[in-house]
Amino acid sequence: MKRPPKEEAESARLITRRSMVLGGLQVAAVGALVLRMQDMQLNQSDQYRLLAEENRINIRLIPPTRGLIHDRNGVLIAGNEQNYRIVMVREDAGDVDMVLDRLRKLIVLSEDEIARARRDIMRNRPFVPVTIAERLSWEEVARVASNAPALPGITPEVGLSRHYPLVEDFAHSVGYVGPVSERDLEALEAPDPVLQIPRFQIGKIGVERAQEDRLRGTAGSRRIEVNAVGRVMRELDRVEGQAGANVQLTLDARLQNFVQARLGGESAAAVVMDVHSGDLLAISSAPGYDPNLFVRGISVPDYRTLLDDPYRPLADKTVQGMYPPGSTFKMVTALAALDAGETNANERVFCPGHMDISGHRFHCWRRGGHGRMNMVSALSESCDVYFYEMAQRIGIDRINAMSERLGLGVRYDLPMSAVAAGLNPSREWKQARRGAPWVVGDTINASIGQGFVLTTPLQLAVMTARLATNRAVLPRMIRAVGGQEAAMAEARSLDLRPEWLDLIRRGMSECTNHARGTAYSSRIVQADYRHAGKTGTSQVFSITRAEREAGIRRQEDLPWNRRNHALFVSYAPEDAPRIAVAVVVEHGGGGSSAAAPIGRDIVLAALSEGMPPLAAYPTPQRNRIETQMRELQSRLRPLGDGGSDQA
Amino acid sequence: MSYLEYNVKRMPSGIAKVMHLNWPLVVLVTAVSCIGFLMLHSVAGGSMLPWAEPQMKRFALGLALMFAIAFVPLWFWRSIAGLAYAVSVLLLLGVEFFGTIGMGARRWLELGPIRLQPSELAKITVVMALAAYYDWLDLKRTSHPLWVFLALLIVAIPTLLVLRQPDLGTALLLGLGGVLVIFLAGVSWIYFAVAILGGGGLVFAVMASRGTDWQLLKDYQYRRIDAFLDPSIDPLGAGYHISQAKIAMGSGGWAGRGYMEGTQSRLNFLPEKHTDFIFTTLAEELGFVGASSLLVLYVLIIGFCIFTVLRAATRFGALLSAGVAVTFFLYFFVNMSMVMGLLPVVGVPLPLVSYGGSAMLVLMIAFGLLQSAHVHRPRTPS
Repeated sequence: MKRPPKEEAESARLITRRSMVLGGLQVAAVGALVLRMQDMQLNQSDQYRLLAEENRINIRLIPPTRGLIHDRNGVLIAGNEQNYRIVMVREDAGDVDMVLDRLRKLIVLSEDEIARARRDIMRNRPFVPVTIAERLSWEEVARVASNAPALPGITPEVGLSRHYPLVEDFAHSVGYVGPVSERDLEALEAPDPVLQIPRFQIGKIGVERAQEDRLRGTAGSRRIEVNAVGRVMRELDRVEGQAGANVQLTLDARLQNFVQARLGGESAAAVVMDVHSGDLLAISSAPGYDPNLFVRGISVPDYRTLLDDPYRPLADKTVQGMYPPGSTFKMVTALAALDAGETNANERVFCPGHMDISGHRFHCWRRGGHGRMNMVSALSESCDVYFYEMAQRIGIDRINAMSERLGLGVRYDLPMSAVAAGLNPSREWKQARRGAPWVVGDTINASIGQGFVLTTPLQLAVMTARLATNRAVLPRMIRAVGGQEAAMAEARSLDLRPEWLDLIRRGMSECTNHARGTAYSSRIVQADYRHAGKTGTSQVFSITRAEREAGIRRQEDLPWNRRNHALFVSYAPEDAPRIAVAVVVEHGGGGSSAAAPIGRDIVLAALSEGMPPLAAYPTPQRNRIETQMRELQSRLRPLGDGGSDQA
Repeated sequence: MSYLEYNVKRMPSGIAKVMHLNWPLVVLVTAVSCIGFLMLHSVAGGSMLPWAEPQMKRFALGLALMFAIAFVPLWFWRSIAGLAYAVSVLLLLGVEFFGTIGMGARRWLELGPIRLQPSELAKITVVMALAAYYDWLDLKRTSHPLWVFLALLIVAIPTLLVLRQPDLGTALLLGLGGVLVIFLAGVSWIYFAVAILGGGGLVFAVMASRGTDWQLLKDYQYRRIDAFLDPSIDPLGAGYHISQAKIAMGSGGWAGRGYMEGTQSRLNFLPEKHTDFIFTTLAEELGFVGASSLLVLYVLIIGFCIFTVLRAATRFGALLSAGVAVTFFLYFFVNMSMVMGLLPVVGVPLPLVSYGGSAMLVLMIAFGLLQSAHVHRPRTPS
């Protein structure tokens, strides 16, 4: 439209004016943008830079290599085994089902494993490696590797997992590791972040648990750059961790293996101790179990089987099992009487087979009686009446004190789980726990290691070592950590008069070496291996009148769990003691028949550092022993097969 | 006789027109586009594909289109303004019924090999239509309610159609751009004062009524408004994007982290890093220096557009040029405010920099129209 010039000018003026207004607004708007930029990019830049770094940098922990556990001679007890596993990355695999099908033809995979793998694969982001199968053999891995072109997205990986090459021998003492549980974390004050790594393992029981802090080591870390969906782009830097310290035990793997095999299928425990240093050479609870099962994650049926077994394989009977010591306690009573000055070497006590005290008749185990007994013969023949008499004279307080002096009723600081204190009864204890005053009958029962007295096999070994050395020997199981020898103080003297101890030792020596001794059939004839011991048979239940009338006279006729416990302690060689041995066979029947033969074999195996020499056995027994040993040898682990080659 | 039938002898003709282009603007537009290529090259991890190279081709096409349009006399553009407007409204209707769905909205129209986004086209045709409308309209009637209503209708039809797609960002640009052209045409202040007061009052009433007996909206509608205004209450959705964008910008600092060194964009923490959020990548990698330089270039572009507006001296040419300037301004202002967290996130690309064919071509067409007005301005003083 053609406008008059005046109108054109008016229009132009209007547009110019309005443009200026708008231009002003635009300048203000741009000013606001600049201010905002300045605020973000100049004033708060450091803060945003930090946020950007947090975005992109992740810190991943590198799990440390767990320290190894060796026996006193360097044989590997707990090592780290290369563990081959198959890992799949979804985005590389393409057709997951096809690849899994092909994989099944190469390695054994159950339906469950396939289903779990498929679920894990779908649950994770496509670039996350998912473990399909673990603990494969080298052959299986090789088969997968050689078929790699047909298996896109599949890679074999190698990791380390705990391995116990000696299987059940150290199941109780060394224990095992397992996945970190909520309870493990709760028990720790400031849990190491490395514990949060999936599949990281922590010591569950035994040395593995007690020395966890030293064995674990410190985690390394790597800083990695990740993108927005978490894919790792590159590694920025890496700080290597420190492997856990190696732990050397005082135990002797060869002896431990012998002891474990010798106990065999019995429900039993045996402890071998160096009488001078207190070094535990073998500490064995039977039946054992395979700790490797727990590392892998034990199956429910396997675990049920272990739990339901009446022989309680999971329990560590050496330190957790508490048994009435029976006659093995008689040395305590004897020493207490000598210490009290209430008897001497020559006094004889007549044993008619029983003793009546405050209206009760206390029987000797030999119904017909032992006749006149002095201390040595009372110990060697294990006359009960002699000790009833002594107990009456000295009372429980002195027995209690001597018991503690010899190491009973004390909780020892060992790297094992649930170490029991046993029970060294006293007047105060009975009043407090039973709400009843101590009566003389309690003292009589205690004098022969019955009644309230409870000891662990470990404590019996300590007692025997103390009797052999007159020193307050303490047991120890850690010899060195991280190459550094554990400090060892000379055990203080027990200050028992040598002539008293001589009496006790003579009693023990006659017990094993005198024809009338209860352990005579378990004597050692080779002079430099001779041992001095004491048998014990502790009653669990008495044979009831009804049973007696039904013709049950002997232990073998009773059901297993009602038979007596069989115990045996000894030290050897008797002239210059080096080792102390304690054996408890649960419901074994009798100490001389069930426990003493085991004790003798263990003494010989320990002293000879090999199979017990046949020459050490009395001639008439040798044929039987020879077959027995041949059978036993077949169950032993060949030496050197401990996998000491494992790094 | 139209004023466009000016004394031809005084107008540049043929190849001589080249000399009379708004050359600084051409240079500036090319410079900004080159920055765009650089950033697209960077966000692709140092690769010309998939973004930088196609973008360069489109720019070349756009440049040719701009020159072609600039050489066509302005009266031609005035005479087809109504037609262009009608075509773009028809295309928008076509989108409504035959459009292709992408990114949760119906925006594209497949025409053989060409994939067209009619809402982009509408931005320029609305400006053309308004300029032509006010050119035609008697100056005295400019503020008459009926004629104001008609102008608003020209803006409202395409705006509402775009809003239905839904494409809030483009609708906002379209509506706001149109209203600003009406403002530039000289419609009385009273309308704008009433509109601003009325709109402000309505918003106030709506917000103030919340939680009272006479609440104007439903609760869920308020919650939607909350999430729109403050994305941080929805940290996994828009809030995540905007906070990542802020981190990218802020971490750039004074001089930036270096070209192709921006971790936020390289590691994909940034959303839409090659389109709407490309400015954050630029700010991260080139820092305050780079970001404010781009802003300066934009301001210069606006400046040279206004230069044309002031020289135009014809109502159509002036309003068309002013409309182009306003649209361009709204583009980068809304985009930058959005990625800096000053405005809620609505999909608006950064002009000439963001990857996208329709927006690039439409902008170049708009600059072509402006250049046409510049070339064909009457040289004789009245």
